[in-house]
Amino acid sequence: MNIGVSVTNRALTFALAGELDECSYKQVKDTMDDAIGRYIYDKVIFNFSGLTFMDSTGIGMLIGRYKVLRKFAKPCYIEGANKNVEKILNMTGIYSIMPKIGGGETEL
Amino acid sequence: MKNELTMIFSSVSENEAFARSAVAAFCVGLNPTVEEINDIKTAVSEAVTNSIVHGYNGGEGEVSLHVQIVEKCVHITVTDHGVGIEDIQTARQPFFSTKANEDRSGMGFTVMESVMECVEVLPTEGGGITVRMSKTIGAEDAVS
Repeated sequence: MNIGVSVTNRALTFALAGELDECSYKQVKDTMDDAIGRYIYDKVIFNFSGLTFMDSTGIGMLIGRYKVLRKFAKPCYIEGANKNVEKILNMTGIYSIMPKIGGGETEL
Repeated sequence: MKNELTMIFSSVSENEAFARSAVAAFCVGLNPTVEEINDIKTAVSEAVTNSIVHGYNGGEGEVSLHVQIVEKCVHITVTDHGVGIEDIQTARQPFFSTKANEDRSGMGFTVMESVMECVEVLPTEGGGITVRMSKTIGAEDAVS
């Protein structure tokens, strides 16, 4: 699991590449929580275009970050999920708290 | 075609990726679609994660995984000898988690039920949990 952190136009973006599961969860969470407390931004974007696999551990991670960001009143969004990841996101209704942005689904 | 695979591995989270990839590779002979193979990987990942995180609570233990292919159907059994689940029916409810304060979504069983045709959750003899699930490969082609 690789996680890229960048701030562009006051959007804090986390670009995830690899497989997000219980094993990679802690590294992702710690990197995100550190950046969330450190940078100046208006919104957060989770870019999943490099993410090849995610299970419900990823959903728990997103809900956890959503709760943290809500305290700072910062909205968050998801972009670039492939068909497999999109299935889990849709199944669990996560888009109702962090809307999808950007174009259509990326191909596998 | 009939084919079987049995693995026993330590309860460490590094084995989650190994377990789901091994099952996916084992099923390749059935010519599954990308979506079907991902469904199987997801279900295995959920069941194995449950055993490691909840069954053994991050401690030592063994998880066994049995896969049986009968014709076009994949039967997967994940067994642990951990603490077990007091109320299985409640545990299967969406968003139910005993570790909700630790970023757990409580969606594991719901995800398994969504991607597999049939999911059974049973107590393991002598303690622990056994998850049995199956999926027919090519089921969607047969309907259309």
